[in-house]
Amino acid sequence: MNFEFSADQMQLKDIARKFLEKEESVKRARNILEGDASYDEDLWSQVIEMGFTATAIPEEYGGLGLGYLELCVIAEELGRSLAPTPFSSSVYLATEAILNFGDDSVKQAMLPAFASGEKIGAFAHSESNTSPTEANINCTYSDGTLSGTKIAVVDGDVANTFIVTAKSGSSVGLYLVDGASEGIEITPQSTLDPSRSHASITFNNTAAIELKSDWSDVLNLLDRAAVLFSFEQLGGAEACMDMAKEYAMGRYAFGRSIASFQAIKHKLADMFIAVELARSNCYYGAWALSTDAPELPTAAATCRVSASQAFHECSKENIQTHGGMGFTWEFDCHLYYRRCRQLAANIGSQAIWKDKLIGSLERANQI
Amino acid sequence: MDFNDTPEEAKFRKEAYEWLKANAELKDGPKDGWRASSEEEGLKEVKVWQKKLHESGWACLHWPKMYGGRESTPIERVIWGQEVSKFKVPGGYLEIGQGMAGPVMMMYATEEQKERYLPPLATGEEIWCQLFSEPAAGSDVAGIKTKAELDGDTWTINGQKVWTSGAHFSDYGILVTRSDPSAPKHKGLTFFFVDMKSPGIEVKPIKQISGGANFNEVYFTDVKIPDSQRLGAVGDGWKVSLTTLMNERLAVGDASGPDFEEAFSLARGQDLNGKLAIENDAVREKLADWYCQQSGLKYAKYRNISALSRGETPGPQSSITKIVSGNKLQEIANFGLDILDSAGILRTDEEGAEQSMYQYGFYGAAGIRIAGGTDEILKNIISEQVLGMPQDMRADKGLPFNEIPTGNK
Repeated sequence: MNFEFSADQMQLKDIARKFLEKEESVKRARNILEGDASYDEDLWSQVIEMGFTATAIPEEYGGLGLGYLELCVIAEELGRSLAPTPFSSSVYLATEAILNFGDDSVKQAMLPAFASGEKIGAFAHSESNTSPTEANINCTYSDGTLSGTKIAVVDGDVANTFIVTAKSGSSVGLYLVDGASEGIEITPQSTLDPSRSHASITFNNTAAIELKSDWSDVLNLLDRAAVLFSFEQLGGAEACMDMAKEYAMGRYAFGRSIASFQAIKHKLADMFIAVELARSNCYYGAWALSTDAPELPTAAATCRVSASQAFHECSKENIQTHGGMGFTWEFDCHLYYRRCRQLAANIGSQAIWKDKLIGSLERANQI
Repeated sequence: MDFNDTPEEAKFRKEAYEWLKANAELKDGPKDGWRASSEEEGLKEVKVWQKKLHESGWACLHWPKMYGGRESTPIERVIWGQEVSKFKVPGGYLEIGQGMAGPVMMMYATEEQKERYLPPLATGEEIWCQLFSEPAAGSDVAGIKTKAELDGDTWTINGQKVWTSGAHFSDYGILVTRSDPSAPKHKGLTFFFVDMKSPGIEVKPIKQISGGANFNEVYFTDVKIPDSQRLGAVGDGWKVSLTTLMNERLAVGDASGPDFEEAFSLARGQDLNGKLAIENDAVREKLADWYCQQSGLKYAKYRNISALSRGETPGPQSSITKIVSGNKLQEIANFGLDILDSAGILRTDEEGAEQSMYQYGFYGAAGIRIAGGTDEILKNIISEQVLGMPQDMRADKGLPFNEIPTGNK
């Protein structure tokens, strides 16, 4: 039994963690939250220099040719440090869409630029305040152009390449749009987590390249991304648990450390339980993603639900443990509380992922 | 990252499987298993099976060979456990003796005593119980009152133990007593092993909320124990007890009873408000939560096994298993009964009836959340031993035991 990351992968994780600590990634997230910039360009260029964007791209397309396990450990550290970069949009979604559904000429043209960070991708999927389905996607593709409006596109005002879901006839698939094309209107949208930028995008007869895909491929793309997002959520959850403990140890009330009160200890134990379950499920997801296992839909939904729950539990109870200070702008608790909501919303709600999980188990059981 | 054995592990697994295949019957499915017609029959069958295991070198795997063991590595124990779970083999009755009494005897008994008492534990000839909890000492187990007084080289024991599983069929017991009531709580304890046939020991079964009686009250009236049966120094009983308590927390693992698979299968066959329960969103959401908990525990176990495989010791993280699985069982049992609507209240003892599985879970979960460390004590252990948080303030710290305030419950 070898259900763990290798020594090399753990070393990579350690490198990523130290790098993000040294660069004060959390402080940078606060600066983005408070300032006008959409993301931290300096941190992003360093992330690229570290090779993180090239991690899972094969060498033949200008990548490092490492695997998804390496990408998972990096994701965990980006989540722990709230890195304010377009990494998740560009790497987990756009790069993956091209890598899995682009033909060779598209891959040759695009992937080296994604590896080098020259291209930044965003995934334009949601259209209204209901979860996207094959039936309710209204963006339309025909004769090489795409029209329609997408909302809450993460990094929509940052990206120069878009992966867009659109229908062609009755089939919904993935389309590639160059950000420099005519007929794109991008409007930044304000959100609960301004440390990550969001935008609505209207395409008006915009030139688009069809990726060979249908609705099942859209779902597959979301499953793959879900594993990587789960690792970000896991990192964030653990950071909140550590913050809560650290604060409780040093905060005195009634003449003693509040960490000695069972009400606080049990709260921390509950966080620990949630984090341990999430970590174990994330490893399951990492295994399924890295081995192209047929269990991927089940594993992805399991780790997505579990990690979303852990981050929710830890980010809200971290504020609670800090008391009034946890509710201030000054403390970092709210940065994690916001990011927790942002990551939970990014590729679909809890209710949807729970439904997907049971659906995939129903299908697995029928075979 | 993979789920594969090392070559040595694979070799051991094959050897274990082949021996089991030749000596036991494979299960039809994961929920198929050995059941005894009565407690007496069960005990008899367990003893026969244990003798067979011992003769072929499969008893008490990690024990020294001289006491009947195999000197196996921790990962080999895990592999044996995985293989044995595929077969219908007798179980129960021996866990406390082999899992708790054995290790404490191994650490504290004389060589002569080890040679006398350990082999019959390995062969299954002798059954042991654990005499720790008392009416006024549950989670605060160091608060026991059973008195031990020394006269010459004989101790006299007076008091009462409670929740003693298997006391009514045990040959021996490990016993913690208070030898010095004027010392602080953790200081005045002394540990023994005792012959359960000793004059003055009275065992009374306790009727549980399920109606069954798996454990007992044990009364001690002027019971004599030779000083040679003391384990550890006089006053060191707490230290000795910790050896067994740590083993107990590892031994009480997954709550047994209906789990995700049963609830999932029930929901797919059961009508709810005119359509199948599985089509109800509230049902799907609950099922998803239970699946994630079950899966999280499963892969946490795999992570632990990987640590063992690498030769490392898994941490007290494993204490999350009982908290999560006990609470999950309680919720699933409630769901299984709730989905039967008003009929869910009707008792059935029909063998194999779906309802009865949820009814046992309904009772059993309430017990599992308490046995071997309550949810609350386990959360203290996680916060103190895993997260390094300080102990709660104690009102009895440093006080002589006989001056500690007591309530009336």
